[in-house]
Amino acid sequence: MTKQARDPAWQLKQYRTMVLIRQFEERVKYLFLEGVMPGTIHQYQGQEACAVGVCAALDAHDVITSTHRPHGHCIAKGLDVGSMMAELFGKATGCCKGKGGSMHMGDLSKGIVPAVAIVGGGLPIATGIALSFKMNKEKRVAVAFMGDGATNEGAFHEALNMASVWDLPAVFVVENNMYGASTPVKMVMKVEHIAQRASAYGIEGRTVDGNDVEAVFDAAREAVEKARSGGGPTLLELETYRITGHSRRDPCLYQPEEERKRAVANEPIGRYAKKLLAEGRLGEKDLEAARESVKAEVEAAVEKAQRDPLPRPEDALEDMWV
Amino acid sequence: MNARHLGIAEALREGIAEEMRRDARVFCIGEDIGIPGGWGGAFTVTLGLEKEFGERLVNTPISEAGLTGAALGAALMGMRPIADVQYADFLFCAMDQMANQVAKMRYMSGGRLQVAMVMRAPVGVTGRGSQHAQMMEPYFLPLPGIKIVCPSTAYDAKGLLKSAVRDGNPVLMFEHKLLYGSKGPRTETGAIDASSDIPEGDYTVPIGKGVIRRAGSEVTIIATLLMAHRAQEAALILEREGISAEVIDPRSLVPFDWELVKESVAKTGRVVTVEESPRRGGLGAEIAATLVEDMIDFLVAPVKRVAAPDTPAPFSPPMEKFYIPDAERIAQAARDLMEIS
Repeated sequence: MTKQARDPAWQLKQYRTMVLIRQFEERVKYLFLEGVMPGTIHQYQGQEACAVGVCAALDAHDVITSTHRPHGHCIAKGLDVGSMMAELFGKATGCCKGKGGSMHMGDLSKGIVPAVAIVGGGLPIATGIALSFKMNKEKRVAVAFMGDGATNEGAFHEALNMASVWDLPAVFVVENNMYGASTPVKMVMKVEHIAQRASAYGIEGRTVDGNDVEAVFDAAREAVEKARSGGGPTLLELETYRITGHSRRDPCLYQPEEERKRAVANEPIGRYAKKLLAEGRLGEKDLEAARESVKAEVEAAVEKAQRDPLPRPEDALEDMWV
Repeated sequence: MNARHLGIAEALREGIAEEMRRDARVFCIGEDIGIPGGWGGAFTVTLGLEKEFGERLVNTPISEAGLTGAALGAALMGMRPIADVQYADFLFCAMDQMANQVAKMRYMSGGRLQVAMVMRAPVGVTGRGSQHAQMMEPYFLPLPGIKIVCPSTAYDAKGLLKSAVRDGNPVLMFEHKLLYGSKGPRTETGAIDASSDIPEGDYTVPIGKGVIRRAGSEVTIIATLLMAHRAQEAALILEREGISAEVIDPRSLVPFDWELVKESVAKTGRVVTVEESPRRGGLGAEIAATLVEDMIDFLVAPVKRVAAPDTPAPFSPPMEKFYIPDAERIAQAARDLMEIS
């Protein structure tokens, strides 16, 4: 798998998926600022390598839980941007028929639980998914994505402890983007690395460069294979940086300028492009073609979503009960 | 066929075992369950089931949010968990999972997934002070997405449990500590006999259907769980005084059997609601408001609520006795209505 995982087609795919997330998010940002799109948004720019690296280590039948910032996870796990864009526009054709919106995107048929927008709330659910895999002797893995803030929630403790004592096939992925909304991580926790918290549960914790998609993939694959083979859960801390606002219209005044500049220079897509070009197996033309095809895909999604029908108002009453 | 006479704890145990035999997707998850030599949950409901079902009784750490979320996660994967908390009060620890996740997951998905899970929770003001005594119905009544059942007899407990497991939606079952009929070291002081003849073989009690416990023509008394028993005592008192009371046990709060209640009110024109929980914002308020909206032409007197005061449950026996509605208070409410018109 290692060899195949590093071949240029694989690398181009990871590059393209990261670009797809970035362009999707940038397009959504402008649609939102133009006032065309309803609701609120929490965006993923700068963190693309986390979702893409982790999901590249998963099989189609593995399951993820996501957060209030779910667009990147959904795209990386294979949800089509058409149904996501339609959901953002509140259209009947959206992945949740307009009932979820940005913060609850998902599609269980793709292994994505509708995103849980309560910080930490998805973690016990991921533990239960992993429990069902173990009880049914299925070789599947549950991955819980979370931000740094979730590790200060009680649900984090309960979910990791249960997954640990039952040796469940789960991977807990912390995207440490250095801020919980506007609060710097250092103000709200004393441990140097969130991964250290794993020791409280007797499980392995690792801190990884979350802006290096191949490093993320390597770490995720080890954790996933360990989980799949009965070795229990892992806590993966991916160090990254959010180069967009926490939510809509956040100008990020709390991010020091120097830090932000360094982070922008270190963002995962440009970094990966440099690496791929330096390796020489892919050329600028390949990357350009990937970017162009992404652009077409996103534009098609926007056009279709804008044409798609809105739900009928009284559809609000549907979908309550089986 | 032979019927057996069982208490609620035994009837539930039998129902759970039958459902687990019938459907491999069903499992139990909770605190202090499945431990050989243990209690079988706080009130013996799952006692001994580990002998037959082994690891399908998942004993959890003291982690109510964790176990509730875990039940939800398993349900999303097609399992049919029967979760329980030791005391319903502990549902507050699991409230994010219950209210934000369990209740909303199907709706948020646009109806594309289902959450077939049961949560069992013991309620009742029972000599334990304020935090092991709450009636939790009023906290869940306004929450869309979870069905609520409240059995007051062993027959209903087993039948409703089976319906809940098979329902396909989240179902919250409130069980009353004084009605369990728990035995041995878990025997409850002041317990009430809620045992029933339990038929051999499979049966269910439909969710959303109430039952008339006692037919009458002049006043309708609506009560669940322990209060359903107190209401029947009150009806006996009233009968001796020449007042004919109809006692309705709704058995389910969500969905609620409005049809049964409205038919009765059309006949009697007088309504007493009974709650073991504080009066403010409870089931009685919901019933009164709905009847005023829909049945005003039939009401000959105001709807009367008999409820606990708007305080936490006290510990000391005389205060506790004062707190919980008894048969005499219910009967007095009915007499008051008879005097009005």
